[in-house]
Amino acid sequence: MFPNRAAVEGIGDAAQLAEVKGRSLWADARIRFFRNRAAVISLVMLGLVAAFALFGGMFAQYEPDFVNFSLIGSNAYLGVPSLETGHYFGTDSNGRDLFARTAMGTGISLMVGIVGALVAVIVGTLYGATAGYYGGRVDGIMMRIVDVLMSIPFMFVLILMLVIFGRSIFMLFLGIGLISWLDMARIARGQTLTIKNKEFVEVAVATGVRPSKIILRHIVPNLLGIVIVYATLLVPNMIIFESFISFLGLGVQEPATSLGALINEGSRTMQFGYMWQISFPLFFFVVTIFAFFFVGDGLRDALDPKDR
Amino acid sequence: MTLRTRLLATTSAVLIATTGALYADGHATHPETGETLASDQSFTYRVGDESPSIDPGLVEDVDGADVVRDLFEGLYNQDAAGNLIPGVALSHEMSEDGLVYTFTLRDNAKWSNGDPVTAGDFVYAWQRAASPELASPYSWYMDLMSIENGGAVIAGDMDPSELGVTAVDDVTLEVRLTQPLPYFPQMVTHGTTFPVHQATIEEHGSDWVLPENMVSNGAYVLSEFVPQERLVRTRNPMYWDNENTILETVTKLVITDENVALTRYLAGELDRTDIPAGQFPRLSAEFPDQANSVPQACSYYYMFNLRDGAPEELQDPNVRKALSLAVDRDVIAENVLAAGQKPAYTFTHWATAGFETPDIPMATMTQAERNEMAQELLTEAGYGSDNPLSIDLVYNTDDSHRSVAIAISQMWKQTLGVETTLANQEWQTFLEARGNGDFDVARGGWCADYNEASTFLDLMQSESGYNDSKYNNPEVDALLAEAKTSDNPQANYDRVEEFIAQDTPIIPIYHYAADYMYATDLEGWPYENFEQNWYSKDLYKIAE
Amino acid sequence: MLSFVIRRLAVAIPTLLILVVLSFILMYAAPGGPFNSERPLPPEVLANIEAKYGLDQPFWKQIINYVVSVVTQFDFGPSFQYKDRTVNEVIAQGFPVTLTYGFWSFVVAVTVGVSLGVAAAIKQNSWIDYFAVGVSIGAQVLPNFVMAPILLLVFTLWLGWLPGGGWNGGQWQFLIMPVIALSTSYMASIARITRSSMLEVLNTNFIRTAQAKGLPMRRVIWRHAMKPTILPVLSYLGPAFVGMITGSVIIDVFFSTGGIGQFFVNSAFNRDYSVIMGITILVGTLTILFNLVVDILYAWIDPKIRY
Repeated sequence: MFPNRAAVEGIGDAAQLAEVKGRSLWADARIRFFRNRAAVISLVMLGLVAAFALFGGMFAQYEPDFVNFSLIGSNAYLGVPSLETGHYFGTDSNGRDLFARTAMGTGISLMVGIVGALVAVIVGTLYGATAGYYGGRVDGIMMRIVDVLMSIPFMFVLILMLVIFGRSIFMLFLGIGLISWLDMARIARGQTLTIKNKEFVEVAVATGVRPSKIILRHIVPNLLGIVIVYATLLVPNMIIFESFISFLGLGVQEPATSLGALINEGSRTMQFGYMWQISFPLFFFVVTIFAFFFVGDGLRDALDPKDR
Repeated sequence: MTLRTRLLATTSAVLIATTGALYADGHATHPETGETLASDQSFTYRVGDESPSIDPGLVEDVDGADVVRDLFEGLYNQDAAGNLIPGVALSHEMSEDGLVYTFTLRDNAKWSNGDPVTAGDFVYAWQRAASPELASPYSWYMDLMSIENGGAVIAGDMDPSELGVTAVDDVTLEVRLTQPLPYFPQMVTHGTTFPVHQATIEEHGSDWVLPENMVSNGAYVLSEFVPQERLVRTRNPMYWDNENTILETVTKLVITDENVALTRYLAGELDRTDIPAGQFPRLSAEFPDQANSVPQACSYYYMFNLRDGAPEELQDPNVRKALSLAVDRDVIAENVLAAGQKPAYTFTHWATAGFETPDIPMATMTQAERNEMAQELLTEAGYGSDNPLSIDLVYNTDDSHRSVAIAISQMWKQTLGVETTLANQEWQTFLEARGNGDFDVARGGWCADYNEASTFLDLMQSESGYNDSKYNNPEVDALLAEAKTSDNPQANYDRVEEFIAQDTPIIPIYHYAADYMYATDLEGWPYENFEQNWYSKDLYKIAE
Repeated sequence: MLSFVIRRLAVAIPTLLILVVLSFILMYAAPGGPFNSERPLPPEVLANIEAKYGLDQPFWKQIINYVVSVVTQFDFGPSFQYKDRTVNEVIAQGFPVTLTYGFWSFVVAVTVGVSLGVAAAIKQNSWIDYFAVGVSIGAQVLPNFVMAPILLLVFTLWLGWLPGGGWNGGQWQFLIMPVIALSTSYMASIARITRSSMLEVLNTNFIRTAQAKGLPMRRVIWRHAMKPTILPVLSYLGPAFVGMITGSVIIDVFFSTGGIGQFFVNSAFNRDYSVIMGITILVGTLTILFNLVVDILYAWIDPKIRY
């Protein structure tokens, strides 16, 4: 479900090598990235999807929560996608415009994915960097805690939490963040262990810079490459994850919606032949996730000096 | 497969049983209707969730009760129309003061291990159901039946042996009540009153319900039970009326998702399944002889929070009335749900026995008139585009509740400019929020306990534990109290319904219907039974 | 190695304790209770029930009683919801089901995933490669709650080849769709990991040397390249295993298999405390054990790793 740890760890080597090569890493990486056709196309696709999420609603003829009462109950005949009625993607089972709702759902799914990944990456990086920097007993205890948490079936705990505290986007972020920062912490710690012996860190320590400042100023920036890759690969997984939560009926509240919720609703009416109700949201879902995967792969390859 | 055909001479049942060897499969015919019976007499139906228990003493849900009615047999059964017919009891006598019932049991009823079913089995079962030791969530039923000392036994103040039920001899059961209860005989068709086999329970404890242990006295015995997956019951050769049982096996499958269940029904794996919300029109057009909808004794409504400290806006009856008027019930019943539900302007279900729906002015208006009136009322109350009303609406997680909530929130928005925040809560959270008054408007549904209007209207009593609105109108309380002793309570019910329409503590939305798909070869289903009590022994499959 | 195993097992105990306490607290913080219903029970009836299940005891006493009976007698108590059953019976019935389709999904995901990945890497940029990459990404992005109803429509309704659900003691016809629905996304991940790992290995010097010496390609792959390739796959198996247990929720809903996923979700909704605890502990223990097995395998394959 989550990006492969070993695969991501590989790019740690890249980050170190970059240190040796000097400042040209980012420039090199950019060139390499733009040479990767799949990654570039995916980036463009992502841009289009984001534009659809942001501005799609403006082109919709209806508000996403507007119910067209003349259509309810007769979706099969009247709610079909049509340019004439202004329901470009048709309507959902409740007589609402699917175009507006898909735009809204894409936005919310992207937001959950990106914010969820950010939460995981920030918490994980800071935690891992701190553990790695202090080393010794602190490191031992902090990483033991990570081991303990990793053995907890968090999906189950998350279901419990959503059931108990009610559903909200905040709960979703918290839950998703809880699950996914652990891997990031491990990776960040591993990298920090090698970085902290570098001269510039030793100089900083010798001149009496506070540890918190060293971590933020000197260590975290050097973890950036790996963090970006990990975050890019995490986003699609967060989106898939949210769709699972939506399936359980624990996702966002009506009238808001997410791609996962729309797909779930669509999959219920699939057997009645209302294919548009599943195909449009599924299309955006698939495109988004494909694109993130390719961009993530492209970034990893770009940051990896071992030319394949 | 061995098929037993039956020849039924009279209702007192002179039976001549023959084995299927005499008649080749498929040539067997139904003794009363003469229809050709199918060679495969198995019935498979879908339920949405596993039942908490299939122990008669503990059973608490409808699906579980369906199973219990097949495995066990109580004093009386119901026929297809819901009338009482003999079960283990042949008849009963009531004392003049109406406090003592004496049942005469048949002497040929047997347990599946061959033991005779005696009055003592009933005494044991009833004492067990009431005992604190079993701690049945349905133990209060013994109190509801007004059995002598019922309440005290449940509370643990008296030994279960003090319960007012005695076996005079093996075939005579005496029940003593604390007050006359005209519908008492109807109450013994309920699973909680069914007999259980003492020796088996004492030997196996709570494991007695496992297929290898269970001894039962119904038309069927439990042959397989995999929780959350399937429960299979097969015909009980020891059953006194086994010769008249046609179905060989009955299988209950737990299928959580109703759309999956429908797919499997259409693939021929099921003989009965629920119709997914909103799909009735399409299915009844495509399969007119399979899709079926009958009235169900429940009312669907939204309740306002009338507690002190609840939002000020909703304490104004005119605001509430405006919200009620703006709900287009026809759209909800005929478009959103579209499965035989009826628009509701009264709380009491229209099909309730002896209840005549009173004339509520709102019911006869057109929706355009209602909308106009709603807008006027809301403007008078001081809300409009410059000062929009905004309310929270809570409902429990469910596809059809969600569709109704979405539609109504849009009706309020489009007609009145009211902003509604929808909050969908999981069941237990929802119950707690509603019980604690943590809502503005909440979804409610109420199903009749018995077939009379007071089962609905008593909810409007200020003291009722189910009055989650906390509606308090002394006049309503007085009317309802008076109705209890009145010979003709209809006038009181009319007045209460008028008060509900006037004060609008709740918005009645629609009256339920039960809609299912039934396989074309399945016959004998008791569609007319308002309580939807069905017995597998009355069902059969015809050859197609 | 032994000390490593012992150390890991020692960590497992506090982990499980934390899990127990965390779940206990979450449950008690939850609104509602196992015996709440739309029609509140009369107080004396409720009192009887609470006494029967020990819920009238103070919180700390309940948790201690619980831990003691679990540790000393391996008894998880009666189910609050399914009144005819104990938690041990619920697990004994549901877990073998989950384990069976989980095991086969695992086998399918690993064998198909690794083969696909290896094939794609060896013939990089050939149609096999593109096919494998396409299939694996496609399988990964199609949520299994969409895949499951599609499988049902196609194989049960339209073709009529397979039963649409149930378990029936685990006959093969009932296994096929659950295994497909559960394994595809993991198969896809494994294929992707294998492919990139294999590509990396094939570029290393020792493989190039082996090839230069004229060893046949098949032999190079099997004798030399497979082991290092499989390491990243191994580290993915832990999360994949947990994901499959979680995914059983969807399988149970769509295919009515009656595994523990269904029991878990239902008990969370019904506040069936004892079943929630039982399943959480079971899954937690399994996760710990499985991660341990993966680590041991890792060390066994890669002698460079020392514990």
